[in-house]
Amino acid sequence: MTTSLPLIALIGFGLINFFLISASLLVYAERKVSAFIHNREGPNRVGPLGLLQPFADVLKLIFKEDITPKVANPFIHSLAPWLMVVIAMTTTALIPLAEGVVIADVQVGALVLLALTSITVYGVTLAGWSSNSKYSLLGGLRSSAQMISYELSMGLALGSVILMTGSLHIPTIVEDQMLVWNVFRNPIGAILFIVTAFAETNRAPFDLPEAEQELVGGYHTEYSGMKFGMFFLAEYVNLFIASFVIVTFFFGGYLLPFQSFFAGGFPGWLLVALQMGALVLKSAVFAFIFIWVRWTLPRFKYSQLMNLGWKYLLPISLANIVIIALIMAVAGLF
Amino acid sequence: MLQTFFPLFLQLLMAGGLALTLLLGAKYLGPKRPNLIKRQVYESGMDPVGSAHQRYSVKFYLVAMIFIVFDVEVVFLYPWAVTFKDFIAAGSGLGVLAVILPFIAILAIGLLYDIKKGGLDFDS
Repeated sequence: MTTSLPLIALIGFGLINFFLISASLLVYAERKVSAFIHNREGPNRVGPLGLLQPFADVLKLIFKEDITPKVANPFIHSLAPWLMVVIAMTTTALIPLAEGVVIADVQVGALVLLALTSITVYGVTLAGWSSNSKYSLLGGLRSSAQMISYELSMGLALGSVILMTGSLHIPTIVEDQMLVWNVFRNPIGAILFIVTAFAETNRAPFDLPEAEQELVGGYHTEYSGMKFGMFFLAEYVNLFIASFVIVTFFFGGYLLPFQSFFAGGFPGWLLVALQMGALVLKSAVFAFIFIWVRWTLPRFKYSQLMNLGWKYLLPISLANIVIIALIMAVAGLF
Repeated sequence: MLQTFFPLFLQLLMAGGLALTLLLGAKYLGPKRPNLIKRQVYESGMDPVGSAHQRYSVKFYLVAMIFIVFDVEVVFLYPWAVTFKDFIAAGSGLGVLAVILPFIAILAIGLLYDIKKGGLDFDS
């Protein structure tokens, strides 16, 4: 890519703002969908249909008192939410938004993506440890065990995609799905990746790090004001990014359905706009599924969670990668 | 090669600035009326008993060790996964597969052994 640096900075700035606003809208969506599932109204007072509720919440959080426990480690106590937001926002740079539009066009993008997302575990664990509260510590410990357990299956599921594509370059992986989406070529990998994405974002039914009935607030029990808001922001940005990543690797990314048949006649700007729209739309579907699952399924027991990760997902993902390699080598498919 | 990473660092810088702004906002915008009760850690309404920073038996060490073994395996699999298509195109796909399959099999047997030994039982 030969695009100028100011342009890239502008796109990056726009993307960060887009994710900030969509995180607020996701909080609103979560509350509305949960209300719908519970057969109640949900937020409906601030602004039309309660749409301004999340922005009112943000204002409230900013002007709340920031309490640091006396026994906490103040530096790490602030570092943890900072880390969460930074990692969440940096990951956005790796997702190709449209043909030729990606902020960080890195050759080993998939690897960088995995590396960045696995730093999140530090944010959660440090938050749990630095608060010096037993609930926080337990939440942080659970989270570290859970995230490393599911990271393996996630890496292997991604590995099966890389095997079929033969590249770590994310735009190449997207272009490779021009005719058939990866979810149809590699359905087991797609399911594995979606399940592990739920676990990596600490969403229900894998929300043990902040299981409120057992651990009060989990790792962010001792956070208040905007620092708590930062964890909240990071959680929803991570949710949306997980949706983007699922779409990028398995559901054609920014590609329009059957694009190769009709897109040739489009002017470039229209194609880019349509592709960005398609990406956001597809990701919104997955964000909705994330929310839907949270309000439908009960939480796992800790032992069930670890059993699922180690005894089922890991062997299945290993078998998946072997089967795909065999099909490729013997039948010459993909 | 390294300059393709530059936009990523730029994004890191912007994200860091945003998060720092939020932290500073949290520090300076809200009221400041701390007292001892407020600054206690939460322990279901009781006065906290002892500190949470004590020696604590975490039964995750086995999980952590297996994690490292398999994470390294994933790292070893990636270069194979990236180049496998080229090997097939060059006509040596089955040969490369014959090399990588024992590697995966050894680790799979290790995992199976660990499961049978009960190293990954979390109910007890």
